[in-house]
Amino acid sequence: MQSNAALEYDYSLAKKFTFLTILFGILGMLVGTLIAAQMAFPELNYLLGEYGTFSRLRPIHTNTVIFGFTVSGIFATWFYLGQRVLKVSIAESKFLMVIGNIQFWLYFVGALAATISLLFGVSSSKEYAQYEWPFDIVVVIVWVLWGVGMMGLIGIRREKALYISVWYYLACFLGIAMLYLFNNMAIPTYFATEGLGSILNSVSMYSGTNDALVQWWYGHNAVAFGFTVPIVGMIYYFLPKESGQAIYSYKLSLLSFWGLMFVYLWAGSHHLLWSTVPDWMQTMGSAFSIVLILPSWGSAINMLLTMKGEWNQLTDNPLIKFMVLASTFYMLSTIEGPIQAIRSVNAIAHFTDWIPGHVHDGTLGWVTFMIMAAIFHMAPRMFKREIYSRKLMEAQFWLQTTAVVLYFTSMWIAGITQGMMWRAVDEYGNLMYSFIDTVTVLHPYYAIRALSGVMYFIGFLMFAWNIYKTMTAGKELTQEPQFRTPMA
Amino acid sequence: MDMDLRNLQGYAHIFMSGFLVIMLYWYIIHLYRSEKKGERDYEKYGNIALDDEVTSTPVEDKRASEREYKEENK
Repeated sequence: MQSNAALEYDYSLAKKFTFLTILFGILGMLVGTLIAAQMAFPELNYLLGEYGTFSRLRPIHTNTVIFGFTVSGIFATWFYLGQRVLKVSIAESKFLMVIGNIQFWLYFVGALAATISLLFGVSSSKEYAQYEWPFDIVVVIVWVLWGVGMMGLIGIRREKALYISVWYYLACFLGIAMLYLFNNMAIPTYFATEGLGSILNSVSMYSGTNDALVQWWYGHNAVAFGFTVPIVGMIYYFLPKESGQAIYSYKLSLLSFWGLMFVYLWAGSHHLLWSTVPDWMQTMGSAFSIVLILPSWGSAINMLLTMKGEWNQLTDNPLIKFMVLASTFYMLSTIEGPIQAIRSVNAIAHFTDWIPGHVHDGTLGWVTFMIMAAIFHMAPRMFKREIYSRKLMEAQFWLQTTAVVLYFTSMWIAGITQGMMWRAVDEYGNLMYSFIDTVTVLHPYYAIRALSGVMYFIGFLMFAWNIYKTMTAGKELTQEPQFRTPMA
Repeated sequence: MDMDLRNLQGYAHIFMSGFLVIMLYWYIIHLYRSEKKGERDYEKYGNIALDDEVTSTPVEDKRASEREYKEENK
């Protein structure tokens, strides 16, 4: 490895994963919009026979947006900012380039095959962990390859200190590795039934309450290490870089990091409040969920304070708008989650539509906004062209912001209505409503959610179009922009 | 009192939580104290994101510090 004047960052892997982010984003959000519409208009379940039913499509939506869209976004941003903050080009090591490319192709083919398998009903039926064991093995290999690539890049770095974003990506790698392995421990039913079962279909190695506990330890921490940790890593790089302002307090970023690591892993049992899980574990889940506000808000406030004295950029630069809105939604969902984890609130919220409402102000407002902002920032650097249209970006921002607001407000109302109706009793203690009564009342809110899905999806297509036009028709740049992303 | 496994787990958990809380607070003190003593300047690491060209001078040069380490331990 000789230093030479023509040394440049290699964005080929970041570009490839950016394409996948957009591809899986379109697929996952299209299916999400369709199933939201199915909730409001059940006839839509019968468009494609068994392949078009809610039960087949719902795991495709969740797994595609998590393991397709978000994970591609994590990989794309890692292969971009990892090089930059470590001040080393991945092309300086042939080995790392080969590993990265194997990771890409294995991931691409594996993720597509896994999605198709869900369409055909091959599923282990554990939420967010539906992929059957052969696909789990592919996921593990992809993850190990990413880890090797990451450690390799860190090994050949020029910058001695690991920037805070790198810590977050490392935590994402380690956290998901641990969670995914433990929760997906399963045995093909063929071996569990002396040859009567199937090789492809498997059962969990845990049973009953233990299975539920492991599942929600996984489920909640998939949110932690997939939807929170790497996204915080992204905003810690992209917001300072885009605004030209260093992080408000680097010490606070370190403290929030360790706080998040310490607290998050214990909070999963709040998914099992009022269940057969030991009482102390439920209390622990609630308590840790409330403590979780501190490190989450520590990061979010740090981000907002980074803009101190530079708030004019919020009106001048739509990309800053995307990121400030993302951190605001991060604050909203990290206060909403702990509220839902309080036992008495959970008694109303559990199993209602308030829960998907909460999930979506996090995923649509925080995760997707941040990933799109990251891609908008990276595109002119990767393709050496200006962003095609600022106006389109502004329109997309307002359309999608309205969509997120419609989504979570309709689900708040629907969820609380539902929770109250389920509990309502008359003077003799009989339930006042049957299930279908709640469905009738909730119909308008389901329709609003479907509409918000359509709006958000259109916004995502506008984003995809803007990136496509940037690549093909954006004004060419002679020099890489230092901070603010140039746009026409 | 009946000390079955579940009880032990509960006590172990309380002990661990207390221990980790102390560690976390110790960490805050450590961050501020080492900056006050002039041993570390944490805020300079924020510049890693801003000045991030491949040709930029690292905030802390890993290769240079490795060379120094080798020289010192010859």
